[in-house]
Amino acid sequence: MQDRNHLSNVGITHDVAVISNGLIDIPMVQLLDENGNETNTKNTPNLSREEAIKIANTMQYTRLLDERMVGAQRQGRISFYLACTGEEAAVVGSAAALEDQDMVMSQYREQGVLAYRGYTTEQFMNQMFSNKKDPNKGRQMPIHYGDKKLNFMTVSSPLGTQIPQASGYAYGQKMAGQPAITICYFGEGAASEGDFHAGVNMAAVLNCPVIFFCRNNGYAISTPSEEQFAGDGIASRGIGYGVKTIRVDGNDALAVYAATKQAREIALAENCPVLIEAMTYRLAAHSTSDDPSGYRSKDEEEKWRAKDPILRFNLWLESKGWFDKEATDKLLETSRADILAAVKKAEKIDVCALPDIIEDVYDEAPWHLKEQLADLQAHIEKYPEAYPKTAGRTR
Amino acid sequence: MAKMNLLQAINDALITAMTDDEKVMVFGEDVGHFGGVFRATSNLQEKFGKGRCFNTPLTEQGIIGFANGLASQGSVPVAEIQFGDYIFPAFDQIVNETAKWRYRSGGQFTTGTLTIRTPYGGGIAGGHYHSQSPEAFFAHIPGMKIVIPRNPKQAKGLLLSSIRDDNPVLFMEPKRLYRAAVGEVPEGDYELPLGKADVVKEGKDITLLAWGAQVEIIEKAAEMAEKDGISCEIIDLQSILPWDVETVTQSVFKTGRLLVNHEAPLTGGFASEIAASVQERCFLYLEAPIARVCGLDTPYPLAHEKEYMPDHLKTYEAIKRTMDY
Repeated sequence: MQDRNHLSNVGITHDVAVISNGLIDIPMVQLLDENGNETNTKNTPNLSREEAIKIANTMQYTRLLDERMVGAQRQGRISFYLACTGEEAAVVGSAAALEDQDMVMSQYREQGVLAYRGYTTEQFMNQMFSNKKDPNKGRQMPIHYGDKKLNFMTVSSPLGTQIPQASGYAYGQKMAGQPAITICYFGEGAASEGDFHAGVNMAAVLNCPVIFFCRNNGYAISTPSEEQFAGDGIASRGIGYGVKTIRVDGNDALAVYAATKQAREIALAENCPVLIEAMTYRLAAHSTSDDPSGYRSKDEEEKWRAKDPILRFNLWLESKGWFDKEATDKLLETSRADILAAVKKAEKIDVCALPDIIEDVYDEAPWHLKEQLADLQAHIEKYPEAYPKTAGRTR
Repeated sequence: MAKMNLLQAINDALITAMTDDEKVMVFGEDVGHFGGVFRATSNLQEKFGKGRCFNTPLTEQGIIGFANGLASQGSVPVAEIQFGDYIFPAFDQIVNETAKWRYRSGGQFTTGTLTIRTPYGGGIAGGHYHSQSPEAFFAHIPGMKIVIPRNPKQAKGLLLSSIRDDNPVLFMEPKRLYRAAVGEVPEGDYELPLGKADVVKEGKDITLLAWGAQVEIIEKAAEMAEKDGISCEIIDLQSILPWDVETVTQSVFKTGRLLVNHEAPLTGGFASEIAASVQERCFLYLEAPIARVCGLDTPYPLAHEKEYMPDHLKTYEAIKRTMDY
């Protein structure tokens, strides 16, 4: 395959026969069965007790944060939310296999990566409440996180755009000689965008150390995956691009960890992309603006609730004698209190003062933005009651 | 000083930038060993290696997406889109990503080091898809800068400034001048300021404004008008966004008349933005309606290219109409 040259070395057949679909049937790596038992002990990754507990705790925290914030959105305290429920193992398991210097370019359902890297409850809240402590300065919708110190690229809403960007970022890391890779998360729906094709193909041709991590959770809002693609998922496409590929059980944190760890080693050592397709299920609604009862059954959801990734990982911890129920309960209790306190604190913090509206469009505000700001300031000063958020803070 | 055409000046600017900063990388379709379909990137791969000057797969959205990631990482990408006509597949990456990167991240991340080079404009029998002038689409995108040179000296100085500017720049090259425009280009490193118009010739009766290859068209029209005793002030806008409102309005305060010429279609063209702004600022000084001499509101035609173009004769007639108003 490596030496195949389209001009001379194509194998010849004399049968006029199309290649049928399903010829490649990519299996899914599973290291823990649904009861948390190791399926093949020789492949169980070497995970310390401390790391394993950090993964478990981060998954728990992510689920709790999601539950509380969906609630906060229902109460009208934040405008929007998007939960990771059911996909915690895919997100946190992969995050655990990375190094801090690795860049993360995500879609929007990967808050667990930030939590794993130490993003605080207060930081989550400041972003979601769009207050002046939000690193985005309140300019983007809730859950569009970004943190330079944690190497987590700011999220944007347009789907798939981060895929070729991740290839470019990884190319820059390689050229700068950094011992780092880029991981790029996206859903199976986003993989239908042209940017998926562009980004994966470019990474392969230009030898970029990047992991493409697809969360195949069965749905893109209401669209089931059988209306998204006809091939063997996303993994089969990796082969076509000449990209090393692995499919894992996305509800098995151990399998996700092992796959990502290996992918990282390959990407860094060989300067090439690796595609991981994590098979999972979006137990959550797409977002707080969505009601899944309109397009899928409760039975289906129940079937997947039984495959809960957190439960499975905890059963494994128990089998290792590492599960501490008391400590877990205490963590949940403390986190609940922390989240409530952080909500109350974040919602009291002002939004940025008005002049911020023209900052960061360019490195320096050009004349026309300054002129538009001056007009706006004069207007708001004339009608302060109509603009309560910024009245009194227009200059 | 050395005599160069526009392409040689661009090549010289790229060599200067790549020599000066090893983080500068040049890529796009056919820009590698081949040196680009117009030869703007000749010898760069040989000089700086395949890592810094390379071919990409044929995907405009991929090229700009890749460039966005590379810029945010801290490298200095100079991405080429083979023709301005083919920049539209990358429109999403430019509008929603490149331009909003700094703003949406609160200044944490930026694509400021990115420069996108693209040949644009008609007059070369290029038909629909080798002739367009898409600058007005991009002028509607906060966060972008748009720069267009008119001759080799301008091209080198403005391109070096664009590569080093801490904002994403769309650098549009008038391809009909690639070999036609020849002039003295200073050797070594120099920059020309972005956001500044260039007063090419002073005059007192009417201000003529254009950019890129159309500057020579308004110069030709001005020569004809001068024979009729009309004194024309000629301005090359050079930067479309942000544009130099100060130089233009100061000129109109003096002349009381303005004509804007561009190749792109009239409706929604950048002349509309200029005309509205000048009308707001110079209302009491204007002695005639602002004239726009532009391409027709049609796709760019092949057989009727000459008829379509806002040439010197159309411009000359518009000057006279404005003077006689």
